[in-house]
Amino acid sequence: MRNPLSQTIVGIKPSGIRKFFDLASERKDTISLGVGEPDFDTPWHIRDEGIYSLEKGKTFYTSNSGLMELRTEICNYYARRFDISYDPKHETIITVGGSEAIDIALRAMIDPGDEVIVPQPSYVSYEPCAILAGAKPVIVELKNEDDFRLTAEELEEAITDKTKILVLPFPNNPTGAIMEREDLEKIAKICIEKDIFVLSDEIYAELTFKKDHVSIASLPGMKERTIVINGFSKAYAMTGWRLGYALGPEEIIAQMTKIHQFAIMCAPTTSQYAAVEALRNGDEDVKKMRTSYNQRRNYLMNAFREMKLPCFEPFGAFYVFPDIREFNMTSEEFAFALLDSQSVAVVPGTAFGDCGEGFLRISYAYSIEQLKTAMGRLALFIEELRN
Amino acid sequence: MREEILSLIEKNSRIDLKEVAACLNISEVEVANELAAMESEGIICGYHTLIDWDKVTEERIHALIEVRVTPQRGKGFDEIAERIYKYPEVQSTYLISGGFDLLVFMEGKTLKEISSFVYEKLSTMDFVLSTTTHFVLRKYKDHGMILNSKSEDERMIMTP
Repeated sequence: MRNPLSQTIVGIKPSGIRKFFDLASERKDTISLGVGEPDFDTPWHIRDEGIYSLEKGKTFYTSNSGLMELRTEICNYYARRFDISYDPKHETIITVGGSEAIDIALRAMIDPGDEVIVPQPSYVSYEPCAILAGAKPVIVELKNEDDFRLTAEELEEAITDKTKILVLPFPNNPTGAIMEREDLEKIAKICIEKDIFVLSDEIYAELTFKKDHVSIASLPGMKERTIVINGFSKAYAMTGWRLGYALGPEEIIAQMTKIHQFAIMCAPTTSQYAAVEALRNGDEDVKKMRTSYNQRRNYLMNAFREMKLPCFEPFGAFYVFPDIREFNMTSEEFAFALLDSQSVAVVPGTAFGDCGEGFLRISYAYSIEQLKTAMGRLALFIEELRN
Repeated sequence: MREEILSLIEKNSRIDLKEVAACLNISEVEVANELAAMESEGIICGYHTLIDWDKVTEERIHALIEVRVTPQRGKGFDEIAERIYKYPEVQSTYLISGGFDLLVFMEGKTLKEISSFVYEKLSTMDFVLSTTTHFVLRKYKDHGMILNSKSEDERMIMTP
């Protein structure tokens, strides 16, 4: 029999986060700080709207691009929060999570041989999605000393004649890094000069703790070369609803819609109705959750200071990325040992790219009580290592 | 700052100062000073415990009583409200809009204790026109807490 498998897909490594959790879940008493998913329930008024839509019999497909009502609300939201105006009819598509939007955006823009610049450490999907689209991913290693922001120099060094897209994953999973306006202006200048498109993954845009998020698409000359990715999972604690969206130039959105209509048809209808409610009446929920995440972030940073564990101060998402290089262990060794001796599960930085070596991703999508217990155990572990 | 301290201790009055300080990125001394100030200013009026008495053997009965009154010249509802809320079995008293004037929450050990309070004390007061008593059959949610709810982490293992 012939080999039934595609060599492209066989060649792609499975995500490194998984094996950790399989191990962690086998052990009782484990505190996991590994999950990249809000611990809050979806606010009740949003759930109620979903239920109501089902009661009303809204159980059919929507249009391929998604409910017009929702697209309009999304455009209003982007105008209100991030000062960019999009046309709901031609520049907006509703997808199955931000992850689908990443996939179809890359597929709509890539020809074989094109290069996609992926800053790492970052979310694990960009690289495989770029490969599946036929591109060559070019990794830029973000550095602790730059607070894991992308610098203009690093970007320029990575650009070749074949560079077509820059993936801009900020606020960042796993580091919690953000890019501020001044940082983005430098990046934008290069993208315009070198004629590069930007895929700006803004899924954590509502979770920033210093200043409001700035979208690179709002800078002069950038809207026409940026695809903005966002969704409802993180801001509204709606992970299981599987709902995201992309905003961008009409010609790109049109091709994305083609892939979307053949592969997906349309995003889940119930989720779309619920999302309309989220955008109309959810600002207060977002604010409450943000305040709570910020308190946990402060709590963790304080705990790290007390145990003298170096960690740059992250201002976004719900992760901290402490530096464990002093212990002369790989991230994996550290994470395994921590799980083994103290039953605390964290994700090794290397799950997000080789340059995550020497760091851990700790999620604070957990209650203060859980964080307190986990930090107590981590402090013990570190003390043992140091002695 | 005050509002954040308040929202933290509102949910958990036993939270330790160190934790509040860490969450808000301020010193413990600052937290202690703010708490003391808010206590003396009457912003923080007490630290209580939310108890589901149904789970304790001792019987407790709760009632909501709607009271219609005639307001008094120059004093409005305040004096009559005071005469009602000074009874220790009255847990709270609100002046409200709508079809009646005062809403009184009370607690007693028996039905009889509550009804005799209503008949003997409340409805015989001057200016009280009428009362309607509602006995609480079951408490689902109190002070923002859902009683009898178990919260478990429903998040499953998934990647990425």
